[in-house]
Amino acid sequence: MKVLIDHLSKVYADRRGESTEALRDIHFDIRDNEFVVVVGPSGCGKSTLLNIVAGLLSSTSGQVVFEGTQIDSRPHTAVVFQDFALFPWRTVLKNIVYGLEERRIRGQQQQEIARRYITLVGLQGFENKYPHQLSGGMKQRVSIARALANDSLLLLMDEPFSALDAQTRTLMQYELSRIWEETHKSLLYITHNIQEAVFLGDRVVVLSRRPGRILDIIKIDLPRPRGEHLTLEKRYLEYVDAIWGHIKNQAREAMEETGG
Amino acid sequence: MDQPMVGKAIVQDKTYFLQMREHPWLSIGSFMFILLLWEGVSRMAWIPSLFLPAPSSILSEGWTMIKTGILFKHIFSSLSRILWGFIIACSLGIIAGILIGSFSIPEAVGNPIIAATFPIPKIAILPLLILWLGIGEASKVAVIALGVFFPMVINVYTGVKNVDPLLIKAALSLGSNRARIIRKVIFPSILPMIFAGMKLGIGIALLLVVAAEMVAADAGIGFMILTAADLMQTNKLMVGLIVLSLLGIFFNWLFKKLEHLVIPWKQ
Repeated sequence: MKVLIDHLSKVYADRRGESTEALRDIHFDIRDNEFVVVVGPSGCGKSTLLNIVAGLLSSTSGQVVFEGTQIDSRPHTAVVFQDFALFPWRTVLKNIVYGLEERRIRGQQQQEIARRYITLVGLQGFENKYPHQLSGGMKQRVSIARALANDSLLLLMDEPFSALDAQTRTLMQYELSRIWEETHKSLLYITHNIQEAVFLGDRVVVLSRRPGRILDIIKIDLPRPRGEHLTLEKRYLEYVDAIWGHIKNQAREAMEETGG
Repeated sequence: MDQPMVGKAIVQDKTYFLQMREHPWLSIGSFMFILLLWEGVSRMAWIPSLFLPAPSSILSEGWTMIKTGILFKHIFSSLSRILWGFIIACSLGIIAGILIGSFSIPEAVGNPIIAATFPIPKIAILPLLILWLGIGEASKVAVIALGVFFPMVINVYTGVKNVDPLLIKAALSLGSNRARIIRKVIFPSILPMIFAGMKLGIGIALLLVVAAEMVAADAGIGFMILTAADLMQTNKLMVGLIVLSLLGIFFNWLFKKLEHLVIPWKQ
């Protein structure tokens, strides 16, 4: 299986006929069991890209192709949103089985899958709590479990830890790294945080400011499992520095443009 | 240069008056005081009891009406009209509100019809309804249903329009189709709005049942109040008003309980 993001462009047109170019000619692929991170400055169209891949937005040109897929009930994508998007009227367990219900997976099998992912993300004992009774970090665990339980071909995460405080965010990065190493799902992860991108990704796609274009695709050649120790290593810091170089230049160009 | 005076100032909480104190005894006490005052005024015959009978005589009249069963006959007549009108209006209002809120063609067709008919006082439609449905129960149930339908449909429509689009996206990404999104996302999202519509609706239903029974009926609280006034039985009239007050309080309590039961995720 391979997901090809094939020369994708997106232009938004507002009611007055003015158009904003959000993405320009985005072309890369996500291979089986690969963790791809898209990083870019704010307003570079990262979320637009993710929504197009998720089938929640149409592109202006180009397409997203899932190659070599088998015909079965597995959905193409499952999304973890920045603001959790949990159903407030469903308990933790009921949120996690939502996608299974839609795939007609019932009874014993549904419960087994739910238990497996509840354990994986460490939510035992919270099965019957409502979302409003949970902390932000807990909520995002539910959202991750819900997406994983649906067994999609590609997992999408849209700045999943941005709504969390800095400490929770760091812990959740370690947690996600561990979960991914246990599941090895193909994953497209959107962030503006360079450290996060290097820490999590197999490859990092660096986008420019609007209109978002690919500046570079960097293979992150760091060993797994990745833990806290990694953030002190020289190679990790070099990757971070290299990506910051790209994005810093973007910001400088933008300043000079508007200033001139 | 003169040194300024070194004094001290203690910081006060300027918001203290916002913490409204509760006065439960004052609430009960003042209520009792007004009743007693009323009783006194009537007993002293400062106001003729034809205009303002004493609470005690209203109570004893009520007790007589309970014993003879006549009061329950009237309450039952009114309640059954309210119930039927309410059930019809809520079901149709919820269905119509969801359709108008979710699909473009029902919205284009429904919105102007609602905008044109909503402002008509429903009691003004009663003569037309009597013409169409006869003088029996149907016309009274219909006028109540019409009155309750509008707040319900407007509330549900507003609710559908304000469903969190992120939740719809999440449901789509988890494999829901449009019909299942209506059932699994939109319906639970609008439940609080449905309850708000019911609370608005019950007030309107009480108003309309009384008005309809005053126009044409042989039983019901409205009928009872009107005939009591015609016969100068002010006691009986007052019993009717108290029953209406109690019904209103009862329905408010009932809907509050129901809401807690049906929407346990809401704080």
